[in-house]
Amino acid sequence: MDKFTQLTATACPLEIENLNTDMILPARFLKWPRSRGLGQALLRDLRFDAQDREQADFPLSRPAWCDARIMVGSRNFGCGSSREAAVYALYDYGIRCVIAPSFGDIFSGNAVQNGLLTAVVSEQEAAEIMAALVNAPSMPLTVDLEQQTIICGNKNYPFAIDPVRRLRLLNGWDDLDLTASYRDSIATFKTRDRAVRPWAAVREN
Amino acid sequence: MSRALTLFDKLWEAHEIVRREDGESLLWVDRHFVHEGSFHAFSRVAERKAHVAEPSLTFGVADHYVPTRGGRTTIANPEIARMVQQLEENTTKHHIRLFGLHDPRQGIVHVIGPEQGLTLPGLLIVCGDSHTSTHGALGAFAFGIGASEVAHVLMTQTIWQRKPKRMRISIEGKLGPGIAAKDIALAAIARIGADGATGHAIEFAGSTIRDLSIEGRLTLCNMSIEAGGRCGMVAPDATTFAYLKGRPHAPQCSDFDQAIEAWSMLASDTQASFDRDVRMEASDIAPIVTWGTSPEDALPIDAAVPDPAKEPNEARAKYLREALDYMGIAPGRKLTDIKVDRVFIGSCTNSRIEDLRAAAAILNGRTSKVPGLVSAGSSLVKRQAEEEGLDRIFRDAGLEWGESGCSMCVGINGDLVPSGERCASTTNRNFRGRQGPGARTHLMSPAMVAAAAVTGHLADVRPLMAGRTI
Repeated sequence: MDKFTQLTATACPLEIENLNTDMILPARFLKWPRSRGLGQALLRDLRFDAQDREQADFPLSRPAWCDARIMVGSRNFGCGSSREAAVYALYDYGIRCVIAPSFGDIFSGNAVQNGLLTAVVSEQEAAEIMAALVNAPSMPLTVDLEQQTIICGNKNYPFAIDPVRRLRLLNGWDDLDLTASYRDSIATFKTRDRAVRPWAAVREN
Repeated sequence: MSRALTLFDKLWEAHEIVRREDGESLLWVDRHFVHEGSFHAFSRVAERKAHVAEPSLTFGVADHYVPTRGGRTTIANPEIARMVQQLEENTTKHHIRLFGLHDPRQGIVHVIGPEQGLTLPGLLIVCGDSHTSTHGALGAFAFGIGASEVAHVLMTQTIWQRKPKRMRISIEGKLGPGIAAKDIALAAIARIGADGATGHAIEFAGSTIRDLSIEGRLTLCNMSIEAGGRCGMVAPDATTFAYLKGRPHAPQCSDFDQAIEAWSMLASDTQASFDRDVRMEASDIAPIVTWGTSPEDALPIDAAVPDPAKEPNEARAKYLREALDYMGIAPGRKLTDIKVDRVFIGSCTNSRIEDLRAAAAILNGRTSKVPGLVSAGSSLVKRQAEEEGLDRIFRDAGLEWGESGCSMCVGINGDLVPSGERCASTTNRNFRGRQGPGARTHLMSPAMVAAAAVTGHLADVRPLMAGRTI
């Protein structure tokens, strides 16, 4: 997994509350292997109309923001379906950080597994950052994970992230390598648990 | 000194292998379900040249992509056929038991888990599907995970988690006639918001919940994720034990009696405290429908949709305008004036035998004014419904009686609501495009969908109940 330390890049505001993962990646793309390029499917039904024409007024379609690597969203970003391919679509499009007042639990868990930073700010701060971007579309944001700050013009916003997730992103750690170091604890637990909860075994019929 | 613990605390502690200083815990997984969409995870296992740690604790279920109409001997769409075949290949390769397309026990994963007794009180259950919260109805700690985590569970039978906060939603009193678990769920989501339970494990408690059947509790816990909850659960009780007795994979005979002893301890201690307590009265809950594009956009059926012009908060007004525009509804319109184009009864939320009985009770001897599809939650539910003659009621009303699967809830298996059409649906998500690009979804209980079918518009089921019991 790629590490995330600091990023200075164009940021696209996306003022949509409850932006669910069905919208981030419509269901018909779920059959696609990642190698087919899920970036093109990102927000497909908002970016394109039913005739597959790109909607020029959609933020991510605008020349100033189409190359964004940061997205600034609204409350409950990534709610709904557990589809990790929604994170693949964002990442493969080029997005490395989403800033929002809150995220769906499963989405933010999936994000950290793939090196995508989910930075939590207050509703007020998200609105301020979005307004700043609307006023100066090409102004880059700097997201510093070491310092947990977002630099937006001459303002500096702290953001929240689970400390463990922060460390994992900073170091590019993989869960599986970590779990391997607990192999003995798992074996001990399993033996003890079989005695404590015999009813938890699968009964063969 | 003994500490007062919540049900969730007890389940968490029973599965905690290690807790790191930073607060992350490694948890043991008792049951893991995979479906056609789990192929990303199997690819990761293959990339690592790893094997599945505990194949007997993972179960494969063909549900998301399976067709429900036009026969199932062959699947016409090659892409869909490939998804089902890929699951068969991956489960065979890793010696995972599969409830495949042609298995008589096939069905939606969140219906057949409880039905087969694979879901039990006290278990930790995961699946790469957000509605895994459903299984909490039996007193399990069950939650949806992403593909990377599915791969991790396959390779280690464990999962890393940070303990969520605890929320209790208590509902007291007797529900009115025609009010179902779906109405409780939508009322609760409207109350706390679609992110109201984010970061929380929800326990549903109170006399109303105790009076609910397991089917009702499954519906309620299913919708926990629509309030953002990590999981939802109900403490196991006599209703739970009666439901589980004799289920194929549940403990039997003296083992079952011993299990009941252990399961009876799985209740929140009287003195246990919750991070958030929400209280509701059953008598305040009316039949509820959604009008917008989030499950929190829910109102009692006698209400009117909001008018953005009367909304002082500009961001909120914008949200209302966009939702109403997508849904094709004029501001301030009465809900009962909204005509529907079709109906759907099914999904992991509302496709169990009681759901079908409730809809059939309203449809019996009546005709649906719009086309619609009924898809039972499992092949066994379908067979039982046919033995009870429910299929005849649906067919006589003019609705299609399909096979079991995720069907028209998820928009990936061929069952779609055409663009621009409005569907009264027993499903869980009224998201834009959820039932197909451009589809407009109104969520409600099975009886309320039946009421929409016979009237052709969103309607209160209660006047249609005279002389009938749901």
